[in-house]
Amino acid sequence: MRKKLLINLAMVLVIPGFLFTVSCAKKTIKDDTSLVQEAEDEAAAKAAAEKARLEEMARQRAIEEQRLQDESERMASARDLFLNENIFFEFDSAVLLAEAQAILKNKGEWLMNNPDVTVTIEGHCDERGTNEYNLALGDRRAASAKTFLMDLGISGSRLNCISYGEERPVDPGHNEEAWAKNRRGHFTIN
Amino acid sequence: MKKYYIKTIGLIIIASFMMVGTGICGAGYDYIDITHPFLRKIPIAIPVFKEIYPSDATKHLSKTASDLLAETLEFTGYFKILDRDAFLVDMQTVTSLANVNFYNWTSIGAELLVTGGGLIQNNQVELELRLYDTFKEKLLVGKRYKGLVKDQRKIVRRFCSEIIFFLTGNKGFFNSEIAFVSKNSGNKEIYVCEFDGYNPRQITHTKSITLSPAWSSDGKWLAYTSYAKGKPDLYLKHLRQKRGAVISKKGINITPAWVPNKFELAATLSFSGDPEIYLLTGTGKIIKRLTKKRGIDLSPTWSPDAKHMGFVSKRSGTPQIYIKDISSGAVKRLTFQGRYNTQPSWSPKGDKLAYAGMENGHNDIFVIGIDGQGLIQLTHDQGDNEAPSWSPDGSLIVFSSTREGLSRIYVMTSYGTDQRRLLALEGEQTEPDWSPRMVNN
Repeated sequence: MRKKLLINLAMVLVIPGFLFTVSCAKKTIKDDTSLVQEAEDEAAAKAAAEKARLEEMARQRAIEEQRLQDESERMASARDLFLNENIFFEFDSAVLLAEAQAILKNKGEWLMNNPDVTVTIEGHCDERGTNEYNLALGDRRAASAKTFLMDLGISGSRLNCISYGEERPVDPGHNEEAWAKNRRGHFTIN
Repeated sequence: MKKYYIKTIGLIIIASFMMVGTGICGAGYDYIDITHPFLRKIPIAIPVFKEIYPSDATKHLSKTASDLLAETLEFTGYFKILDRDAFLVDMQTVTSLANVNFYNWTSIGAELLVTGGGLIQNNQVELELRLYDTFKEKLLVGKRYKGLVKDQRKIVRRFCSEIIFFLTGNKGFFNSEIAFVSKNSGNKEIYVCEFDGYNPRQITHTKSITLSPAWSSDGKWLAYTSYAKGKPDLYLKHLRQKRGAVISKKGINITPAWVPNKFELAATLSFSGDPEIYLLTGTGKIIKRLTKKRGIDLSPTWSPDAKHMGFVSKRSGTPQIYIKDISSGAVKRLTFQGRYNTQPSWSPKGDKLAYAGMENGHNDIFVIGIDGQGLIQLTHDQGDNEAPSWSPDGSLIVFSSTREGLSRIYVMTSYGTDQRRLLALEGEQTEPDWSPRMVNN
C-alpha cells in the first residue's frame, strides 16, 4: 500500500515538475518575446516622447520668440515714443504744465529702464520775440526739463541740454497753431 | 523925447545882440539845427561834374562820382537833392569852377551847391570839389583829391565827410560798415556791407546757424554766436588777420557787446545754469560776472563812456530794459511801458537807447532817453521791426523789418523819418550791427 502511495506521490510531484519545466521553458521563451516587445514598445514610446519633447521645445521656442518680438516691438515703440513725444510750453514761459510733467514722467521711466542711454534735451521757441531772447528762453526750457528728470532720480550726466531758440521751428506757419507746436522741448538719443 | 531915445537905444541893443548871437553860433552850425536836424531838408544842387580834359573815361567818372556824392548826401536825411532837369547851367560850358554865377542856383531854390571837376590820366584820378552857400555867395569847403581810379568812392565819401563836419560839427559815418545776418537755404551766415548797402560780402562760412554780429570799437573784430560745433558758441574774429578765440562753455554763449575803447566785451553765458552777463577779455577769458539775479539776463549794450551798461532782464516777470552803473553796481529799470522790451542799443551820443518793444505779437522800434523820459515809437503797423543799431554819429538807426514779407535791413533817421530799405539779398536778412568809424578806410 505504502509503495503505491509513494509512487503516486512521486508521480504527482514529478509530472507537474516536468510540466513546470516545460512551462518554465515556455515562459522563458515568452519572456524573451515580451522583452523584445517591451523594448520595441519602449523604443516607440521613447521616440514618441522624444517627438513630443521636440515639439514642446519648438513650441516653447516659438512662444519665446514671439515674446521677444513683442518685447522688442514694445521697446521700439517705447523708444519711438520717447523720441517723438514732445513737451510744450506757454508763450514766454519755461514752466512745466501738468501734461508736460506727465510726459516727462514717462520719459523718466524709459530712462530708468535703459540705464546706458544718454540723451540731449532741445529747447525751442516760436518765432515771436527776438532771436537772442529766444535763445535764452530755449535754454531755460531745456534746463526746466532736465531739473525735473533729475528730481526723478535720473543722473544729470546722462542729460545734455541745447537751445535752438526760434531757429528750428517744426511748423513755419505764422499763426497760434504753428507757434504752439514750436514752443517745445524735444529729446534725442546720443 | 526921453521915450523916443529909450526906444531907439533899446532897438539898437536888441539888434546888436542878434548880430552877436549869430556870430556866437559858429561857422557852419546855422545850416543844420542839431536839436531838430531832420525838421527841414536843405535844398542842395549837385550838377554832373565838369570834365577837365574830356574823354570817355572822364565822362564816366564825372557822372558816377557826382551821382555817388548826391546819393551819399541824400542818405544822411539832411538834404533835399534838387532835380538836375531844373538846372540852368551846363557844367561842361563853365570855363572856371572857381567862378560861380550864384543867381543861376538861388533862382531854382538851391541853398547849397556842390561843384566838381574830374580828370583821369594814367589810371590816376583827380577830383576838385567845392561846397558853396549860394545865398551868401560863399565858398564853404574846397578840396582837391588825387588817387587811383578804384579809390573814387573813397574820395567822394571823404569829401562828404568834410561837408557833414562843416555843417554839423560831426564827423558823420561815411567810413563805416554794417554787419548783418543773411539766411539762405537754411543756413545763417554773417555778411558785411558798406554803410549805404554797397558791396555786400560774406564773412562766415559755417554752413550752420550763425547769429548776432557785434563790432569792436576799433572796427577790427567781429564777435558772433555760431552753432558750427553743434551748440551756440561765441566766436571772436579778427577780420583782417586770421586769428581769434572761441568761448564754448556749456549752455548758451550769446549777445556779445564790446566795451568802447577796450579789448573787452560783455556777453551772456548760461554755464552756471542761468543766463547771466559776464565781462570777458578779447581773448575769451572771464573777468567777472555783471548780473546777479536769477532769471534771464542778456543783450548788454554799453554807454559810449563805458560807465553804464543797458541790458534785458526778466527779473520783474517780463523782459524789460535795465541800466547798470558799472562803478556803483546799482541797477535801475528803464522801461515801464509794454510787456516785452528787448534788444537795447545805446546811442553813440550817449543820451538815448533804441530798443524793440513787442505788442500784439509784433515788434516795433522805440527810442527812450537814458532818464526814462521822452519815449517815442518809430515804426508803426509795418510788420515786425527788430534789432535797432545806431550809426556812429547817432543820426541814423539801422534795423530789420518784415514789412515787405521777407525780413530786410532798413535804415531811418533817429526820429523815425525817411525809412528805406538798405539792400536785399537772396533769402532773409536780420540782426544788423552798425560799425564804428573805420580808421583805415
